[in-house]
Amino acid sequence: METRKNNSFHNTAAKYRYLLLFTLPALLFYVVFAVYPLFATFFISVFQTEGGERSFIGLDNYVYLFTDPTQSGQFWHALLNNLEFFAIHLIVQIPVALLMAALITSDAVRRLTGFYRTILFIPATLSVVIVGFIWRMIISPLWGIVGFPLLGTEATALPTLSFMSIWEWIGIPMIFLYTALIAIPKDILEAARVDGASGMRTFWGIKFPLITPQFGLITILTFIWTMNGFDIIYSLMGGAPGPNYSTDILGTFFFRSFFGYNNIIGDADFGAAVATVIFLFILICTAGYFVVLQRRLRPHEL
Amino acid sequence: MTQTSISRRRSAPANGATRPSPHPRRHLPPSAFLIHGVLMVFVVIALGPIFMIVMNSLKTQQGIFGGPFDLPNAETFSFDGYFRVFQLGDFGNLYFNSATVTIVTTVLTVGLATIAAFAIVEYKIRLAPVLSAFFIIGIMLPVRLGTVSLLQMMSSWNLVNTTLALILVYTGMSLPLGVALMVTYFRSIPQELKDAARIDGAGEFQTLGVVTPMVRPGLGAVAALTMLPIWNDLWFPLILAPGRSTQTVTLGVQQFMGQYDSDWPALLAALTLGAIPLILLFLVFSKQFIKGLSEGYGK
Repeated sequence: METRKNNSFHNTAAKYRYLLLFTLPALLFYVVFAVYPLFATFFISVFQTEGGERSFIGLDNYVYLFTDPTQSGQFWHALLNNLEFFAIHLIVQIPVALLMAALITSDAVRRLTGFYRTILFIPATLSVVIVGFIWRMIISPLWGIVGFPLLGTEATALPTLSFMSIWEWIGIPMIFLYTALIAIPKDILEAARVDGASGMRTFWGIKFPLITPQFGLITILTFIWTMNGFDIIYSLMGGAPGPNYSTDILGTFFFRSFFGYNNIIGDADFGAAVATVIFLFILICTAGYFVVLQRRLRPHEL
Repeated sequence: MTQTSISRRRSAPANGATRPSPHPRRHLPPSAFLIHGVLMVFVVIALGPIFMIVMNSLKTQQGIFGGPFDLPNAETFSFDGYFRVFQLGDFGNLYFNSATVTIVTTVLTVGLATIAAFAIVEYKIRLAPVLSAFFIIGIMLPVRLGTVSLLQMMSSWNLVNTTLALILVYTGMSLPLGVALMVTYFRSIPQELKDAARIDGAGEFQTLGVVTPMVRPGLGAVAALTMLPIWNDLWFPLILAPGRSTQTVTLGVQQFMGQYDSDWPALLAALTLGAIPLILLFLVFSKQFIKGLSEGYGK
């Protein structure tokens, strides 16, 4: 104990030793199975494999992706579809989640807050696959509840899939907004009540400005999650999602490019190039968002 | 910011139920009925589809098509769908695989994240915040885009079509959120407690053992947040372990739906079997899960 106090150099060295020892197992898993593969993917993408022989081809896979009419056409199409998928999520999720969160935290609900919060979150605990099939059965023309082939029509297929996905995930933005709402100090709200402000005025005048940073968080997480979307499209529409690729998004395009699907042959090196392009796109958008928007949505200091 | 999040954590479990009401036993204003009415509509939208699937899974094919909204009655009630699912879909094995992958990954993630987060909070040297930031970046990393490389890695280690491949990948991608969450929990432990343990002669490992029970809510949150996405994932089982013997429930249901697409009782039973365990799990862990969600991402 005495020596520990006096020997501060030894202390720092010991701290480094313990810090490394304790974080090493977690670092190992995280680096080897999450960080490294993302970077290794770039190195795979500058090669081609023919007859088991690997040869360096520089950026040819990228040139192919952006110049081959089929590939580049499908890529841009999938990207646009994906942006539509994201936009529908965002536009529907934010007002609905805000309404849910505002209602379950309103004074009138009180004791049932926890009940509503849990129930409304249940769809988010299901697998996307299950959710997709549940809805496909319900809207199936065979069953006759919905007469129109929503998934079989180009114009309605992607919005329909988006709504299934929103039905599932709405609980997550709701929880973010709910948590921000219940974190507002009670004395602020009490003061408003004493001043005679109505529930509506308290909400828009006091609560809403305090939870705006959550919208930034919801936007960026929705962006990342929808850009990584795959499960619901693949399980309902397959790996070459129709009708006529109208529901193809980046995840399914990437899957096809390296894994193949039906008569489409996959190519790991080309798939790696596709993954790298998607990764850079997500990275640039996310970084741009943090630089530009996050400054404006700075949390109000409480 | 930290102050509010700590007080929130303490008050959350009792949320609503014991919050002192400034106007006890006040009459509900008319707007309260409207609010409950709208919320009930949301409840019906959230639970209705699940209820329809479960209810119809207990009917015969004729019952399902004859009256989709009718409860099963003596004439339409049938367990046949479930029998066929267990025969054809090998659901026992699917559950076993999903449970193995989910439990092993969750234990690994909670364990490793706890040790790492303890060290990051405890040893205040310049490297600690760097490591912390490195883990936090991982929360947003699109790990799926590394799949080509992961697949090559797994096949060179002969791990394709093993549950081990899934466990390794899932642990790697769950740890960032786990570490970030545990760091916030360890920060709330008073330094004096750890110093007291050391003065009593505890080594670093024993100190960790002393403080770990105090972050139990954090362990629950990390466990809940790790479990759900893993059980529900389709991507990695499809690519790394599609073999029949290593399939998870999610993948198994996906394939079953494609294979028996006209046997509605069996399809509905398969969906029910895929959905129910997770709903039950969530109802047990909902507090931990919701807390973990808001604290893990909410920075």
